[in-house]
Amino acid sequence: MSAVELPPPTTRKDWSSDQEVRWCPGCGDYSILAAVQLLMPELGIRREDTVFVSGIGCAARFPYYMNTYGMHSIHGRAPAIATGLAMARPDLHVFVVTGDGDALSIGGNHLIHALRRNVNITILMFNNQIYGLTKGQYSPTSELGKVTKSTPFGSLDHPFNPISVALGAEASFVARTHDMDRAHMMETIRRAHEHRGAAFVEVYQNCNVFNDGAFESLTGKAVRADMLIPLRHGEPIRFGTDGDKGVVLDAQHGARIVDVAEVGEDALLVHDETRTDPGVAFMLSRLSRGPSEPTPIGVFRAVERLEYGSEVGRQIEEEREAKGPGDLAALLRSGATWEVT
Amino acid sequence: MSDTVERLGAPSPERLDRVIIRFAGDSGDGMQLTGDRFTSASAVFGNDLATLPEFPAEIRAPAGTLAGVSAFQVHISDHEITTPGDAPDVLVAMNPAALRNELPRLAPGGTIIVNVDAFEERNLAKAGYATDPLRDGSLEGHTVYEVPMTSLTLGAVEHLGVKPRDAERSKNFFALGLVCWMYTRPVEPTLEWIEQRFANRPQVRDANVAAFKAGHAFGETAELFDSRYEVVPAAQPPGTYTNITGNTALAWGLVAASQCAKLPLFLGSYPITPASDILHELSKQKRFGVRTLQAEDEIAGIGSAIGAAYGGHLAVTTTSGPGMALKAEAMGLAVSLELPLIIIDIQRGGPSTGLPTKTEAADLLMACYGRHGESPMPIVAASSPSDCFFTAIEAARIAVKYRTPVILLSDGYLANGSEPWRLPDVEDLPDISVPFATAPNHVLPDGTDAFWPYQRDPDTLARDMALPGTPGLMHRIGGLEKADGSGNVSYDAENHERMVHLRAAKVAGIADDIPDVEVEGDVDGAELLLVGWGSTWGAIDGAMGRLRARGRRVAKIHLRHLNPFPRNLGDVLRRYPHVMCPEMNLGQLSRLLRAEYLVDVRSVTKVRGVPFTAGELEAAALDVLGGLR
Repeated sequence: MSAVELPPPTTRKDWSSDQEVRWCPGCGDYSILAAVQLLMPELGIRREDTVFVSGIGCAARFPYYMNTYGMHSIHGRAPAIATGLAMARPDLHVFVVTGDGDALSIGGNHLIHALRRNVNITILMFNNQIYGLTKGQYSPTSELGKVTKSTPFGSLDHPFNPISVALGAEASFVARTHDMDRAHMMETIRRAHEHRGAAFVEVYQNCNVFNDGAFESLTGKAVRADMLIPLRHGEPIRFGTDGDKGVVLDAQHGARIVDVAEVGEDALLVHDETRTDPGVAFMLSRLSRGPSEPTPIGVFRAVERLEYGSEVGRQIEEEREAKGPGDLAALLRSGATWEVT
Repeated sequence: MSDTVERLGAPSPERLDRVIIRFAGDSGDGMQLTGDRFTSASAVFGNDLATLPEFPAEIRAPAGTLAGVSAFQVHISDHEITTPGDAPDVLVAMNPAALRNELPRLAPGGTIIVNVDAFEERNLAKAGYATDPLRDGSLEGHTVYEVPMTSLTLGAVEHLGVKPRDAERSKNFFALGLVCWMYTRPVEPTLEWIEQRFANRPQVRDANVAAFKAGHAFGETAELFDSRYEVVPAAQPPGTYTNITGNTALAWGLVAASQCAKLPLFLGSYPITPASDILHELSKQKRFGVRTLQAEDEIAGIGSAIGAAYGGHLAVTTTSGPGMALKAEAMGLAVSLELPLIIIDIQRGGPSTGLPTKTEAADLLMACYGRHGESPMPIVAASSPSDCFFTAIEAARIAVKYRTPVILLSDGYLANGSEPWRLPDVEDLPDISVPFATAPNHVLPDGTDAFWPYQRDPDTLARDMALPGTPGLMHRIGGLEKADGSGNVSYDAENHERMVHLRAAKVAGIADDIPDVEVEGDVDGAELLLVGWGSTWGAIDGAMGRLRARGRRVAKIHLRHLNPFPRNLGDVLRRYPHVMCPEMNLGQLSRLLRAEYLVDVRSVTKVRGVPFTAGELEAAALDVLGGLR
């Protein structure tokens, strides 16, 4: 075998298609698109080996803007389509771009099964807590009591916490980032891409038309330090302007936020994204009940688990090694046969 | 014994040209296995045959009840036959419920073999018998053999130390042994099969062998039976034969199609009766590189197949009616993406959950029109179990060549029914491969090369398809309307109308690439043309034979291609004074033919969960002819 040939260097321009981007001016999707287009040249992969698959919704237009292979499919089904593609073609880098309605409402079943199956796909879920493309109905991540066109008296259904859902499905990689921090987005999506198996990234994304400022109290430059809890593997979980706040794990209350001065630095929970049991990661995902409370961002969980597509390939190879490649004439004669002369 | 006449050696078997046997019992009695083994022994012996398995939807309905009766009908003959037969000549009834359920089907004067041990009060009551039918004279006119199968089986396996409960389970092999003796079947195929199947469970193996042999010996020594019968092998063209069910033939046909298309096979499927056996069979075929996904639901079944098709695999999804309904939106996507894809519908009784284990063919109009928008798809249908093999290859040929999803219709009867099949020479299978794009196909106004995914072949109108991984041909496709050629999103009115017409013309144009429909029977001068599709083939063929034997002039055609129709179909329909179309629905093809060709097609329908018999169609045809006199 010859040495692996590195793809020629590329720039953001090489990864941008010739299609005019048609999101509303000021939409958070622009900054996510920029982060992805800037990241791709750094991943050391080829455009032709990269496929973006999406469902329906504002986020789902994403593939049209990437100069890669891509499919804009139907509502909620992108994880299923990507599963088939990744199984058939393990040589490809398959990304799914989806939204909170697409992934957690109409496509909820496909999402959890793609995660549990651990097929090698990178799922980017843009969460703006609203239905944008259908013009402003509440979504499965909208806060309780949300007043929208379809809930003039306030929504009555309890929202999903996407990170909790992904962890509940025992996803092997679960992370959160947001559209106001390009470096964090790039780093988080890079990690997700490097992960073997199904990676789930929730991206807090502002819909400036139907749900403007949903995450402002978290992601605004002035409040970030106090409201975002950065998760860094191997480090105590701390946040606040001077690192004065932290997270501890106690037997009575699970994970909770404390003043570091009160409990002491040594009491803080050291983040370990590789814990086999998703329990602690799940507790971290419950620290905040919504964007009005300090919220963890970063990689919640990154564990190694058998990747589905490779395992399918392994079974094929093992069977071929044991019994030789398939022989059609022999297959047709594999039941009882008789000769007529 | 003194009161029996001494036998003068074994009488030589009485020769029959054909016989129809129906095995019936509780769903836990192993009647499907018994029927299947009798079939296999007959197939290897060289008879022509056709089978009709019928079983309840419940895995184990309450024991002894009418709801729990499972039956297997097999028709064996010394000449070519195409149906499992009209009325059974012999009924093997393992309990009162089986007798009560199946007796109405039995031919007048037909033979009944009962497991008399099961005819006790509780079982009679469960079957709804107020009095014992074996004693009250209600079976008069039939030859009834009362055989204590349970106790004889228990006795036969006693020396093996099998627990009585387990021992009783071998009684189906006793019944099989007895019927094999009656019809002079070779015993070796069954004994070999038992050895193989139960190799890991020696006690079960030995009990089944002992029960089978005891049944056979009982026939020979009990002096209960007046005679035994033989049905000699049918004259068949030389070759290697196997007995095949429709679902196995479909699975193997897909493996063959993948080789013919030079593409790896992918199946995305959700388990559903009566289609699951295709998933089971293909899941075994890893040596052929087959990838199967048991998806989380029907939609993911077709979704994953669409993904695999985009990646360059020969992609398939298999289902039955309820699953077809769920897949409709994704089928529309495949129409818009113009991706090769095979959607297999093993039809069953509907609507809704309907009759999951019973056959029907009422999804034709759904296949034609069951999607939103103008969403044309080619449709092919298999006509017999072995025909499923070739229909799979034909579906793949159309899908790959025209870059289109194709619906393949089969049904529960074909899926589980079996027939002898002369194996094709794999060297003779067609090459259906079509290359993918490897280079740009368009020059932009500024002189640069581009790949346009909706640039079409001028003859087939198939779009150019480039696979992910191909350098320089990156492109995006999707469910939004695309600009003719470039494939970019387009909401332009004229473009949409053009694309709707292009998609329709592409599918309609396949008519130039399929054979004309072939008329059989009294091609010239028939007074009646029988038109069929799908599994009615056998019954129609049988009916035509009987009508012609009566001196009526009858012709028939059978449609494999239901969209588009063969080019000559209109001419053929208009050629004959009367046209009759039997269908296992309320007249779906008849409606299409009337609409398309303005021909007065007489519809004959049956939606009873079982196929037409030749006799029913013969009577219907005489009715059409007589009524018009």
